Amino acid sequence: MARIAGVDLPRDKRVEAALPYIYGVGLHTSQMLLERTNISPDTRVRDLTDDEVNRIREIVDKEMRVEGDLRREVAMNIKRLMDIGCYRGLRHRRGMPTRGQRTRTNARTRRGPRRAVGGRKKT
Amino acid sequence: MSRSSKKGPFIDEKLREKIDSLNRTSERRVVRTWARASTIFPGMVGHTVAVHNGKVHVPIFVSEQMVGHKLGEFAPTRTYRGHGKDADRRGRR
Repeated sequence: MARIAGVDLPRDKRVEAALPYIYGVGLHTSQMLLERTNISPDTRVRDLTDDEVNRIREIVDKEMRVEGDLRREVAMNIKRLMDIGCYRGLRHRRGMPTRGQRTRTNARTRRGPRRAVGGRKKT
Repeated sequence: MSRSSKKGPFIDEKLREKIDSLNRTSERRVVRTWARASTIFPGMVGHTVAVHNGKVHVPIFVSEQMVGHKLGEFAPTRTYRGHGKDADRRGRR
């Protein structure tokens, strides 16, 4: 039972692949953590000793912003943009891409599923 | 690609002079500018800067949080109020 930064515990995976289940830890951070704690990336989570788990937990708790805190930070950053009324904030309000991408086509991740636009008249 | 930090932020010199002279006399006056690319520097906080959007000067009251952004970010250059049926909702904002 490995529980790091709250509610995270995928059991049968290699640690390297399991740590990214934590919001705010990707593959790169995961590898960094394992290197710093001297744990082989190939050990399964269920085979981790308590000590190893604690070593990881210590770094995560002390040095990193993960899960709720990180989500809050991101949300605050976006809120700030919206509050000061800058262009990026306006784009966030409208659910449109903020970095100048084209919107004539694509941009579906931001804009969501296509909605039909008034039909074209026949010739 | 971001700007080289060696150069520091871009600030329109004429605008900076104007704001500085306002600060020296602690005046409050709307300053018109076309320098949309100019970074907002700390001295501008509390002033109202009218930034050109290509058509008119949009008055922007500079708050502390805006420092580091560019003036142009606060004066949108495009008007889009939606297509077709959305036209009913026109005129908001």
